Amino acid sequence: MKTKRMTRGGFWGTVIPPVAIVLVLLVGWELAVTLTGMRPQVLPAPSRVFVEGFERADIIWGHTLATLQVTLIGFAFSLIVAWAIAIAIDFSGVLRRGLMPLLVASQTIPIIAIAPLMIIWFGFGLLPKILVVALVTFFPIVVGLIEGFNKADRETSNLLRSMGAGRWKEFVYVRLPSAMPSFFTALRISITYAVVGAIFAEYVGAQQGLGIFMSTQKNAFRTDLVLAAVAVTAVLSISLYLLTFLIERVVIPWSFKERKARGAR
Amino acid sequence: MHAEMTPKIELVGLDKQFALGGGETREVVRDVSFSVKPGEFVSVIGPSGCGKSTMFNIIAGLELPTEGEVKVDGAVVNGQREHFAYMPQKDLLFPWRTIAENGALGLEVQGVPKKKAVERAKSFFSTFGLAGYENAHPYELSGGMRQRAALLRTVVQGREILLLDEPFGALDSLTRIEMQNWLQGVWSEYSWTAVLITHDIREAVYLSDRVIVLTARPASVRLELEIDLPRPRELGIVTSPEFAAYEEQLIEVLHEESRKAFAQQNGAEKR
Repeated sequence: MKTKRMTRGGFWGTVIPPVAIVLVLLVGWELAVTLTGMRPQVLPAPSRVFVEGFERADIIWGHTLATLQVTLIGFAFSLIVAWAIAIAIDFSGVLRRGLMPLLVASQTIPIIAIAPLMIIWFGFGLLPKILVVALVTFFPIVVGLIEGFNKADRETSNLLRSMGAGRWKEFVYVRLPSAMPSFFTALRISITYAVVGAIFAEYVGAQQGLGIFMSTQKNAFRTDLVLAAVAVTAVLSISLYLLTFLIERVVIPWSFKERKARGAR
Repeated sequence: MHAEMTPKIELVGLDKQFALGGGETREVVRDVSFSVKPGEFVSVIGPSGCGKSTMFNIIAGLELPTEGEVKVDGAVVNGQREHFAYMPQKDLLFPWRTIAENGALGLEVQGVPKKKAVERAKSFFSTFGLAGYENAHPYELSGGMRQRAALLRTVVQGREILLLDEPFGALDSLTRIEMQNWLQGVWSEYSWTAVLITHDIREAVYLSDRVIVLTARPASVRLELEIDLPRPRELGIVTSPEFAAYEEQLIEVLHEESRKAFAQQNGAEKR
């Protein structure tokens, strides 16, 4: 039902509802601030956030680029590590049993505690930030890949083996392509963490980036500029999230078509 | 008298036990021996859970027997997979490949360059009633067509023996009859040596030169029945008295074994 309504609504049907809700919230916020006469240091009106932010657009843009750089490099690094771990685990039961507890444990590390330590260990450069981004993003990808590889069941494995395939060919011909849909799902979850991770890493200490910008503005009681940076962060996250759909369609067009065919039936 | 022909496949005293842990074992296959002549179509039928699939995996070389031998043309081939083309119950067509590419899978795995493999797969399309669907994807095909594509993928490999594991089990009964009729036709044309596992007595009689009935677990050969019906067989043959007599004979034996299997399963649950 839901998908049907979405397709009937088309592009505008998907775009208008979220935009309308955001607009309603912003108007309510604006009214509340004006009516209560709240001080902008506590809560600025959205119009003020927009105007002040726009005045410093070039500065914010510079910080945004820095954050984007950290996000993308960190995420690329995370992807490489996640693929390597997932493939290794897929090939070896011993590695799976040995690594999984460690991987889960890595996700219980409070980033708030580890990020400052990263700066102590690796300085104010790119490296500690890349590591923080990788730490918060690699786990969902690893889990998504492992589960995806296992979508190829026993019967498929038998079929491939009967054709003469060894473990490696089985991986290339079946397990890898079977894993792609869940890989992209995991990618979507991870990419939203990536931006937050980058900002957090910068918040602790950096020369450039939205994180350090927010930190400085907060210390100067410029709540409006902090919120402007938050808005930019949101736009950045949503853009990257949408980008994953685009990449998915290019890389595995069959998955999209198959899902659509099933939905139509 | 002619010297007896070497059978294409010969199973000699196949035995399979699985370790259950705690030193216990479960015997799944016991002393199974039978042979298949070149170009013969043999069906294996037995109560569900009797160990047919395990036996099949042993023939296909996917599992090793605890004891016994699988021979092809007189040579022991235990654990060798290159003589058999295997068709599982599910079609297992890959959604990321077109039908022609799915058909080419086996050849590709065996090292044939993709383009050549796809060409060879395409040359079978009209025989398999799939002409025009070379570049379609699996989700665009009906159940019967998917099953034909899966059989095409099996046959293209050009191996000596086809092993079909309930290939029509998942189809609705009308499509299944159509597929059986079609398979009967192509089989008489190509005269593959084929072993078919099935639950369907009518399917077994209709398609086979010989039907082998297995006992409840552990599986051993209960009955071998020669099906002496003229080929090509028309669909109407199923109503002939000869056909009915074969069916009756099989039903009787099979029901006895099914009851045993059922009692076994009930016993296991109570334990």
